Formats: sequence, C-alpha cells, structure tokens
Amino acid sequence: MPDASFDKFKACAIDVLQVPADKVVPEARFGDDLDADSLDLVELVMALEEAFDVTVDESELEGIETVGQAYELISAKL
Amino acid sequence: MSTTDAAEAPPPARVVLVTGGSRGIGLACARRFQALGDKVAITYRTAPPAELAGPGAGTVALLPVPCDVRDPAQVESAFAAVEQAFGPVEVLVANAGVTKDTLLLRMGEEAWHEVLDTNLTGVYRVVRRAVGPMVRAHRGRIVLVSSVVAFFGSPGQVNYGAAKAGLVGLARSLAREVGSRGITVNVVAPGVVDTDMIASLGEQRVEQLLALVPLGRRASPADVAGAVAFLASDDAAYITGAVLPVDGGLAMGL
Repeated sequence: MPDASFDKFKACAIDVLQVPADKVVPEARFGDDLDADSLDLVELVMALEEAFDVTVDESELEGIETVGQAYELISAKL
Repeated sequence: MSTTDAAEAPPPARVVLVTGGSRGIGLACARRFQALGDKVAITYRTAPPAELAGPGAGTVALLPVPCDVRDPAQVESAFAAVEQAFGPVEVLVANAGVTKDTLLLRMGEEAWHEVLDTNLTGVYRVVRRAVGPMVRAHRGRIVLVSSVVAFFGSPGQVNYGAAKAGLVGLARSLAREVGSRGITVNVVAPGVVDTDMIASLGEQRVEQLLALVPLGRRASPADVAGAVAFLASDDAAYITGAVLPVDGGLAMGL
C-alpha cells in the first residue's frame, strides 16, 4: 500500500513528533528511534484519526511499537 | 526571560476560561484575569452575570458562553465558541459546582449523582477538552476549585465532599501526565467564602464554622481569585499537583 497515504502518515508523524523526515521509516521505533513518549503517541493517534478520518480504539494500540506497525493499523481502516 | 526589556514589558494577554463564572468565586476569578489584561471567557448555566454590562466591566473582553458541564456537547460548543473568539484556552479555571445537601441517610441516588456529575465528572469533561490544545502548545495552566470540605468534612455534604476530594486525585494524576509539556495542574481549596453557595448553609452553620477559622472572617471571592491568579501566573511555573488552601486556616494540616 504505497505512497500517497504513507506520505500523509509521515507528515503527521513529522509534525506531531517534531522529527526529521528521514527518520520516519517503517522500521523506526517510536520510543527508541523517534524519542516519543506516551503523550506524543496519544497526540499522534489523534492527529492520524483526524487526518485519515478513522477511529482507533485503545485496545488496538497494544503492541504497536514501530512506524510500520502504526501505518498498517491505520491503512487497514482505509 | 533573556532581556531586561522582556521583564518590564506587560505579560501578553492569555486566553482564560472560567467555568461557572457568572457569580461568586468564578466571577471574581474572571474579573481578576480581566484586570491582568487577559482575554476571559466564562461559562454560565442559569444566567449570564447580571453585572456584565455594569461598572465592573473593563475595556478587555469578557465573553459569556452558556454551558452545562453535565452535557458533553455543551462543553464542546463552549470551547469552540471561545476558540473562535479568542483562540485556544491557555488558562482553565474549573470552578462550576453545585450543592445538594442532605444527611447521607436521606441522600438518594439522584442527589449523589447530580453533584458528582457536575462537580467531578464535569471537571473531567472540561479538563479533557482543554488539555489537547495545551499539550500541542506545550504550555497551559489548569486550576481546579475544590473545597475545604474535601479535607475537613461537612455534615450533609457527603456528595459534595466526595466530588471535591476527587478533584485532588484528578489534578495530581493529570499533573503527572502533562508535566513534560510544561502544563501545571493545581487545586485551590476555599473555605467559608462570601457567596450564594455558603449563604445556603444557613447563618447558624456559617457562624459555627467561623468560630473555627483562625482569621475569624469569611473569605471574599476576591481572596480566592488571588490564589487562582497566582497559580495561573509565571511565578507559579514550578508548582504543580499542589493544593492551596484559601480557608483562613480552617483546615490547616489536613
């Protein structure tokens, strides 16, 4: 599932997490690589919900640790 | 601040929202922030402040918005109205509260739920709505108006005391959640304040309480507003999760 929607996802991550674009790659870990805390992740989820017009349940976020996993979760809803 | 000029310049106007701002403590807080040059919105449930157009009205805006904090939709529309007029709320004073006093043995579910829904769940609703923009802005001040009753107890106020004590737990957990964003969450605990709410206790009960107040008098609503304004100020930047009693010493140590 390529480009347009991953670009949108990436733009959200760059904006909310204040990280450089080249760090937002599928294998990047939110905590270790992007230095995001739990509140950052909540903000990101809310931004993604708004940008993609989807709803993410708390329970779906369990085990999501990388950009790729988060993107899969969102794109599965599109 | 890095320059002396900045220290001397008046602080920039903030967007302040005071719930339950049409009278009593809430209105005094609104007036205080107005006097500081802030852009102030108040919520009211029963009626907008009668004196809004009166001599108390300054040159700075004081925007009344209707909001029953028991209704999430009204909370949303109140915030939307404030954001449209002034921008995102930077200082939230959660003050709206009610009493429905009776001894526990006669306190039905309705009286319990009504007070909890306004005084505790209502605060959850407004704080939850306010905190998102504050997190994004990396700043914000939240002040919850609790009560001496949370610590001192008061016969006939099991519902009110429970709700007001609950605010302390709410504030302290939230303080830990949003501290990393420079947002502070504090509580003031007023005692016997000269308001309609206290008048409803009856003169005899008020006199009993005053006999236990070291300062020997009621607080004016402005006394409480001073403490709220302090907690919202830059001087209180390193204070979070605190409970500041404004009770003339009534419950000191509790």
